[in-house]
Amino acid sequence: MIPFILTFLFSLFIYLVLTAGSGDVGLWSVSELIAGVALSLLTAAIARKFLCRGENYRMANPVRLILIPVYIIGPFFLEVIRANLDVAYRVITGRIRPGIIRVSSGLQTDLGIFMLANSITLTPGTITVDIDESTQDLFIHNINIHPGDEGKQVIPARDLFAFSDLATWIRRIAE
Amino acid sequence: MIAEWLILVFLGIGIVFNTLGVIGLHRFPDVYTRMHAATKATTFGSVFTSFAVIAYAGATYLHTTDSQFITLGLHTVVAVLALALTNAVSSHALARAAHRSGIMPAPSVVDRLKEAGR
Amino acid sequence: MIDLFSPAVLILVVLIGLCMVRLFLGPTPADRAVSLDTINTLTVAALIILGVIFRQIIFIDVAIVYALLSFVSTLYIAKYLGGEL
Repeated sequence: MIPFILTFLFSLFIYLVLTAGSGDVGLWSVSELIAGVALSLLTAAIARKFLCRGENYRMANPVRLILIPVYIIGPFFLEVIRANLDVAYRVITGRIRPGIIRVSSGLQTDLGIFMLANSITLTPGTITVDIDESTQDLFIHNINIHPGDEGKQVIPARDLFAFSDLATWIRRIAE
Repeated sequence: MIAEWLILVFLGIGIVFNTLGVIGLHRFPDVYTRMHAATKATTFGSVFTSFAVIAYAGATYLHTTDSQFITLGLHTVVAVLALALTNAVSSHALARAAHRSGIMPAPSVVDRLKEAGR
Repeated sequence: MIDLFSPAVLILVVLIGLCMVRLFLGPTPADRAVSLDTINTLTVAALIILGVIFRQIIFIDVAIVYALLSFVSTLYIAKYLGGEL
């Protein structure tokens, strides 16, 4: 029952965002509201097993859901801006030292690893290429490896970022 | 007046980063470094050109109070979210596929994934 | 305010043309896939700006659907290149 309600609320939210400004009950017209509730019920009946696959409803906690936009607007966006300026500098000058390094994060859950890998991939200069599923280490292609780092076997995740340790933020959100 | 400057700045940042991404696509030596320039810098640039559209929608709504512009802004936010999330996953998939199909990083100082034997 | 957007779309279209040069030249299939992905991203950005210029909100809906469909197609190209299909 809980997966059904969560999927219903999620799809109703997306429907309401996409049809905002259609009428005068709040921002929506009456027919859009009725159609949205009906379609969300149908979607929830079909797709409830895809959104909530585990038995763990930790992410339904509103505090964690509020922390996600804070994380994206705050430390993550700063990191992306700095990395973009860095890659722009490397495009103009052509000074690169590329290579694939092994990064250990200390995160355990699937969602935490997913968020860290996506954050690393969206930051220019680093791409997640593969994952070692026995130790949860990530293989990361880095465009500019610091001199001296190519000898180390495993590099901790906080060395990838300049301003804040994104792995700690993700542990706060997802674990 | 402030909105016009904001739109100009956002569009300028977006166009500059898109141009740098496409220059990097032609300039870098192998497929992984091209991916850094092309997919990431153009995602950042496209997000900023879309911010210009959101700023335009907000400023025009405050000026005219026409609810059409709320729709414009919200749809652009959804498009930006779809763009950012899908680009991360697809560039990871391309990098993994390139490594699996045997294209190694051509100038590289270290390759731990090859040493791990996969 | 709206006349700022037209030169931006013009530059984006020129950039898409430059990406097509890499799509034609690319030495490996992965290079071609990367440049196709870049073309998709730039097309979405151009569609969003064109929606403002022509005052058609449907253009932005088309951009959302285009972004999601191009994601699926890039994933399938990647699976094919990686030998998993």
